Amino acid sequence: MNLLIQQTVNGLTLGSIYCLVALGLTLIYGIMEVPNFAHGHLYMVGGYVTFFMMTLYGLNYWVSAIISGIVLAVLGILLERLVFNPMRNSPSSNKFIAAVGAMLFLEASARVLWGSDFRSIPAIYDNVVVMGGVRLTEQRLIIIAGAVILMVALYVFIKHTMIGSTIEAMAQNRDGASLVGIDVNRVAMLTFAVASILASAAASLAGPIFLVYPGMGSLIIMKAFVIIVIGGMGSIPGAVLGSFILGLTESLGATYLSSNYKDVVAFAILVLILSIKPSGLFAKGAR
Amino acid sequence: MLLKTEALTKNFGGLTALNKVDFEIQESEIVAIIGPNGAGKSTFFNLISGYYPACSGTISFLGKDMTRTPTHEFACRGIGRTFQTTNLFTDSTVLDNLIIGYRSKTKMGMLDAIFNTSRARRDEGASREKATEVLEFIGLTEVKGQPVGNISQEAAKRLAIGLALVTEPRLLLLDEPAAGVNHGETNELAKLIKKIQQTGTTVCLIEHKVQMVMNLAHRIMVLNYGSKIAEGTPKEISNNERVIEAYLGGTAHA
Amino acid sequence: MLDGMKKSNAKLIAYGGFLAVAIAFPFISPNRYYLTVVTLGFIYAIAVYGLNLIVGYLGQLSLAQAGFFGLGAYVSGLLSLKLHLSFWISLPMAAVVTTLVALLVGLISFRTRGHYFVIFTLCIGVIINLVIEKWDDLTGGVRGLIGIPRPTSIGPIDFISLESQYYLVLFFLSLTIFVMSQIASSLVGRTFKSIRNSEELAATLGINVMRNKLLAFGIAAFFTGIAGALFAGYIRFIGPDISNPHLTFEFLLFLLIGGQATIAGPLVGTLIATGLTESLQFMQEYRMVVFGALLIIIVKFFPGGLVGAAMKLKTKIEKRMNKANKSVNAPSKGENHAAKNRGFN
Repeated sequence: MNLLIQQTVNGLTLGSIYCLVALGLTLIYGIMEVPNFAHGHLYMVGGYVTFFMMTLYGLNYWVSAIISGIVLAVLGILLERLVFNPMRNSPSSNKFIAAVGAMLFLEASARVLWGSDFRSIPAIYDNVVVMGGVRLTEQRLIIIAGAVILMVALYVFIKHTMIGSTIEAMAQNRDGASLVGIDVNRVAMLTFAVASILASAAASLAGPIFLVYPGMGSLIIMKAFVIIVIGGMGSIPGAVLGSFILGLTESLGATYLSSNYKDVVAFAILVLILSIKPSGLFAKGAR
Repeated sequence: MLLKTEALTKNFGGLTALNKVDFEIQESEIVAIIGPNGAGKSTFFNLISGYYPACSGTISFLGKDMTRTPTHEFACRGIGRTFQTTNLFTDSTVLDNLIIGYRSKTKMGMLDAIFNTSRARRDEGASREKATEVLEFIGLTEVKGQPVGNISQEAAKRLAIGLALVTEPRLLLLDEPAAGVNHGETNELAKLIKKIQQTGTTVCLIEHKVQMVMNLAHRIMVLNYGSKIAEGTPKEISNNERVIEAYLGGTAHA
Repeated sequence: MLDGMKKSNAKLIAYGGFLAVAIAFPFISPNRYYLTVVTLGFIYAIAVYGLNLIVGYLGQLSLAQAGFFGLGAYVSGLLSLKLHLSFWISLPMAAVVTTLVALLVGLISFRTRGHYFVIFTLCIGVIINLVIEKWDDLTGGVRGLIGIPRPTSIGPIDFISLESQYYLVLFFLSLTIFVMSQIASSLVGRTFKSIRNSEELAATLGINVMRNKLLAFGIAAFFTGIAGALFAGYIRFIGPDISNPHLTFEFLLFLLIGGQATIAGPLVGTLIATGLTESLQFMQEYRMVVFGALLIIIVKFFPGGLVGAAMKLKTKIEKRMNKANKSVNAPSKGENHAAKNRGFN
């Protein structure tokens, strides 16, 4: 029983990290129809920035995370300006290829700059809390709480600010949005900034438990794609739901089925879903 | 009887785009479908050309049921069509468009291609011959080597019709063949359509240019809000009260 | 007509020239190291030809390519290592198994469209990669397969020397190029291109889109499987890495550098990219800084790659020459094109 609770909490932790990454991916897809393949690598860079802020400059964990968010927002905007904006009228497969190029570039740059070693963000919240017979490190609770706070913040931002509701309007109808005089460029840059901040937050939160290394974005980006396909590409609630479904499935699957194949689970789910429903579970406007 | 629909219905979400339409097309006639915008004309076309499946009702062609037939089979069985927005293979030439149009009549497969068998050569020769023949029929021999991006709007319309003709259809469906061309060109296109019918191909068209329809069609069906409201000769239709009301009433813009 | 003869002659000369240089290469190569690099480049090129058929001609961005390459390599490697089968049995088996798996994948994946298709095929690649890595008992997991036997000798011809292996690979590469160019210039190849241009129009004209997509997918996988088997027999040590999506991205890069939907593109791109990589050995691990950026630039500014750019330049020059010659002799444009399409027959 305790094992079940323990693994459920682990699943929630994992789901929280997935969620922050997948939310950014689905936002970008919703606004620009760009499958941002480099998104996992923004997550990676976010992890490195936090790591170096703490170890090189001796900054506080939270301050480092905030700096990382700012750096990533700038990087995200650069990515939008230099790669995706020039490609906006290209065929969709070319956008995908450009995104792959950006991904390869970021990963190789990380290797050049920081080497291929595995690093770990220093853990400052590694006390063990015992709750109802289950032992948890504080960091896991911080991850879950952090993800929830950011999700609420994103919700408030989208529903209750002018610029946020513009994003939502554009996600629902891109052509209509440009008709009513929304500055499409500004919204695109802002979306990339927000998505990158979420990715860097995910990395800052996960860093003390999982490791930081140049290839850390590859697996998570593919899982994030699986999540947004499950949840419907462009859908925000779908991304949240999909993340926790995947996190829990993986965590429980690893315990009760086979830990060896736990990474296969995500992709097997996707193949299964697309085999039955070729346009995804919650496809909008499918013909 | 060539084509027959019974209670043909299509819903999009909660919207009924086409509601229980019964219709028949006889061999070697020209029939036209008219109606205000959004009346369901294109939906009807898309159903009888197999572009998307019907929600209920049946389609039969030459006495065979086609309701559940996949799109590509429609051309093989003898139904050819054009699209409202002229649809061509934009990355190739006029002649190449027609050659690929004949593909469904050829049999060569991968192995024929690899070993360049006699069948492959026969098929390639036949495709070229057919394409050249159609090219002459639609009067585009002059521009056969041009990329389709370089030819005029009217030539593109002709080519789209030619592309459907290459598949050797028994029934040719034309979706607004004269949209966006000037008066003189419209007359030329009408002549072409007449010529097609005279070679024994049945023609069914959607058209907004009433004058053209009245001169060309033997029979007319009128759709409004997804339902058939009238059917008859051009003369009958022009005197039909429901038709006049539909065109002059709420959905004024035709 | 005359023009057509000229064109096919030019093509024959191009093929003949390539073959002559390729056959002479072991004799003129200044050192054996180049020979190993080119052999490996040829093997990759075969897989890139497969990718070209799907991405270039059919217009479907499939990212399962490295998965199929790895599958071919492991099927062939396992058959010759564990069942001691001859290379000449394990190679066709690898091709057949890869094709069958691809057809199954295609049957499902071609029901999806656009980004879903891309993500789906990518996931298939990842699954193959993960299964190879995790199925320890069969594949040796991360340790991989070690000591795969060399290609079995045929009568007096053995494949022990580097040169003989080079010629073996060259044989399969030539076969691949021959088959691909036959397909490309035929009605079958045009059918693929029509699907790339407009699926809905192709279907309206009576073309069975699904069947044609499966056909292209199957052929592509067949050659990719052969490439995998050749890799296993040549390197003789394979690990799960060869099925990693990163290799798919490299294949994609090779294809785009050379030029998609061209016959020379895959070979040109693969040789140039692998050559550059090898000459920049010191930055092996970092080459993607350059190549990643290059990928973006190519896809934005030179979607036809090197071969595409060269062909554009050639038609430009021809046009100018034609203009100059117009008064002397003016071949009808249509005829010219018809001849070109008949191509290499």
